[in-house]
Amino acid sequence: MANLDSKIPEGPIENKWSNYKSKQNLVNPANKRKLDVIVVGTGLAGASAAASLAELGFKVKAFCYQDSPRRAHSIAAQGGINAAKNYPNDGDSIYRLFYDTVKGGDYRSREANVYRLAEVSNNIIDQCVAQGVPFAREYGGMLDNRSFGGALVSRTFYARGQTGQQLLLGAYQAQSRQVKLGNIEMYPRQEVMNVVLIDGKARGVIIRDAITGETQRHSAHAVVLATGGYGNVFFLSTMAMGSNVSAIWQAYKKGAAFSNPCYVQIHPTCIPVHGEFQSKLTLMSESLRNDGRIWVPKQKEDALRIQKGEITAEDIPEEGRDYYLERRYPAFGNLVPRDVASRAAKERCDAGFGVGTTGLAVFLDFKDSLERLGKDTIEAKYGNLFQMYEKINDFNPYKTPMMIYPAIHYTMGGLWVDYELQTTISGLFAVGEANFSDHGANRLGASALMQGLADGYFVLPYTIQSYLADEINTPRFSTDGEEFEQAEKETKENLEKLMSIKGNYSVDTFHKRLGKIMWENVGMERNKAGLQKAITEIQQLRKEFWVDLLVPGELNDLNPELQKATRVADFLELGELMARDALNREESCGGHFREEFQTKEGEALRNDKDFAYVAAWEFTGVDKEPALTKEQLKFEAIELKQRNYK
Amino acid sequence: MDLKLKIWRQKNASSRGRFVDYELTDISPDSSFLEMLDVLNEILIKTGEEPVVFDHDCREGICGACGMYINGRPHGPDDLITVCQLHMRKFKSGDTIVIEPWRARAFPIIKDLTVDRSALDILIQENGYVSVNTGNAPDANAIPIKKEYAELAMDAAACIGCGACVAACKNASAMLFVSAKVSQLALLPQGRVEAKKRASKMVAKMDALGFGNCTNTGACEAECPKGIKLTNISRLNREYYSSTFSS
Repeated sequence: MANLDSKIPEGPIENKWSNYKSKQNLVNPANKRKLDVIVVGTGLAGASAAASLAELGFKVKAFCYQDSPRRAHSIAAQGGINAAKNYPNDGDSIYRLFYDTVKGGDYRSREANVYRLAEVSNNIIDQCVAQGVPFAREYGGMLDNRSFGGALVSRTFYARGQTGQQLLLGAYQAQSRQVKLGNIEMYPRQEVMNVVLIDGKARGVIIRDAITGETQRHSAHAVVLATGGYGNVFFLSTMAMGSNVSAIWQAYKKGAAFSNPCYVQIHPTCIPVHGEFQSKLTLMSESLRNDGRIWVPKQKEDALRIQKGEITAEDIPEEGRDYYLERRYPAFGNLVPRDVASRAAKERCDAGFGVGTTGLAVFLDFKDSLERLGKDTIEAKYGNLFQMYEKINDFNPYKTPMMIYPAIHYTMGGLWVDYELQTTISGLFAVGEANFSDHGANRLGASALMQGLADGYFVLPYTIQSYLADEINTPRFSTDGEEFEQAEKETKENLEKLMSIKGNYSVDTFHKRLGKIMWENVGMERNKAGLQKAITEIQQLRKEFWVDLLVPGELNDLNPELQKATRVADFLELGELMARDALNREESCGGHFREEFQTKEGEALRNDKDFAYVAAWEFTGVDKEPALTKEQLKFEAIELKQRNYK
Repeated sequence: MDLKLKIWRQKNASSRGRFVDYELTDISPDSSFLEMLDVLNEILIKTGEEPVVFDHDCREGICGACGMYINGRPHGPDDLITVCQLHMRKFKSGDTIVIEPWRARAFPIIKDLTVDRSALDILIQENGYVSVNTGNAPDANAIPIKKEYAELAMDAAACIGCGACVAACKNASAMLFVSAKVSQLALLPQGRVEAKKRASKMVAKMDALGFGNCTNTGACEAECPKGIKLTNISRLNREYYSSTFSS
């Protein structure tokens, strides 16, 4: 059984982090130079961690699969980053940000971690401004804030629709500075294939150089995984094409517990799927729901005629339109949280009221706002999004309503970590989206950027020292040992096996089939029978993959198909774990909705008595059932309540 | 749509490349350009050939990974977008499309349409940052910044580092890329402190890395998918010259 000591510090919630910091072990500057840290991934969490650790004096090796660390998928975040600055004087506070985040997460996150997140949020904004991040400003020169879903205050800082890009470039530049100073060795186009353990401690990684195809060994005193989310298990998602689970999955297979894999966030405002060859879904910022009204036709016949292209949205009179969010949730209307809005769209489309050629889309209509505010105002607010929509869909959203549909967007689950962000493997840390810790069962908008940078700039650089302080007598070690030998051998054998199958179907064929199983059974709505079916189907698909996969090209060459194959092999195992976790959790909470557990009105029904815990899964073998350990969640600062947005 | 493709195929940096012809039928005008290449690759895989290798990642126009000449234009015929956002409806059935990797001395070809753009990372390492450590920042509102300057800084900061400016330039100069970073940081008080040093270091490195000189033809601005303006180059020149005068 996994040892799930969460190491939450003593004291009232508002003193825990300062208590921790005042008592923790630190490493003196002379010793820091002798300690190496590997950081995998260069997104917000990875880049900020690498830069901050290097500034402190540790020797860092950073890896990414992209051709440059600046391309990590944090770059695609549009909306903004939350902080409890209370600059607008509208009543915000650290406690309120903490409360909103726990409530938004449907009471399935660890209080102490979330409070710390809210506490350091203000430092992040200071840090980013000092780096030259061009946040939006008001005419007086002060920083501007906007409002976002799930909150009653305006606490979101933003840089047009490119906040993620600007924050990432800030962290990337801080990292570049340390590369120049010789404190970070940067390894782009490298895929981490394996984690090396010596005497139970994480001591290094095995990587494959994407250009030469060669495997290499790297050692360090500690390993930090900052590899992001695993949404690509669904094939179609808003993730980057290369986003993958492999590094954290290899860690799981080496003994790190994997928590809450079934918590997946489905974003309601994405551009709908158009055809078989679609490779990726594009998100339209949630901010559009501030001024757009969501509707489908009231009559099924109208929906059908729209699907066939006989009529368009304009042909449906006002009384023929069903503004279903406003109808079901009069208080929050079109601004209900993401999970609620997504499910409501699916419900209408499943009932046959969907629009678009596939019937899997709903309208997001700006007609009223355009009349009320004028085209100029709408253009100033959403111009870039309207332009992007038109480039992709060839429809002008100033004239016809947009069509949107929910898509996989973020994964709240990840490696289990304690308060120090350490996994159940000593010396192995997980930061950002790769860990499970702060968002519970649902993440609020503008909180992903906050968590990535909190972990990397202000949490890990402290907590990792508590581990490294005991490592000062461990000299740098070579990679010749048998553990490295063994791990590299495993990796090579796996790669050779993938190349040697020479079956009939490409990687994408299997990936698409997996995605379909996941979307239908482990997507927005789940039920027992569907989840059981998914488990069997995934097992079957995995078998087929290993006998009928076709990887062209060569092993020792730039071979993107082989890279995809290693990732999909891991997704084929992860998918099953997600289904098992969803099957185990006999309640509905946040992004996890079980049809069997809902209120009469069709809302999520939590079961706090039996399920107020973090599920931590341990690997027991590829075709064996994983072992479950539970970390009971204690709510001391916040009272458990049913969420209500009506 | 039915298409004829002429694609540059090159095994690796040291081998000779050549154009290879392919024909595709029944491509949806609603698919993106990279999805069209995905379709081609699926066919190549099935017939036992190696798929065309190209860099791509976010496929929403922001990571900067994708980039290729399409009929001689970086990122293809549509303005202000990257290849991944280019859609096939911009072409006609029966068209011949010529696809090539970026051609620049500082961007050696790795394979097919994939080039090595690490020179851009090396440029940023030459003080393309503000020298501030984590933790020693004052309150974010301690220094007010004129909205106008914040907006201009953001215009420059929108660069995605795709390399289209270098590819578009007849001299393969990285002036637009360098100027975007120099401008962004020179416009903000936080970056102002090191502005001159930054300009001179980045320009010196640009020369050392094999990028060409700027002759003000403006091809970079015309092809930039993010609309980065030539005025940034003027700002870079101002910082650069004042750094040489004061040194």
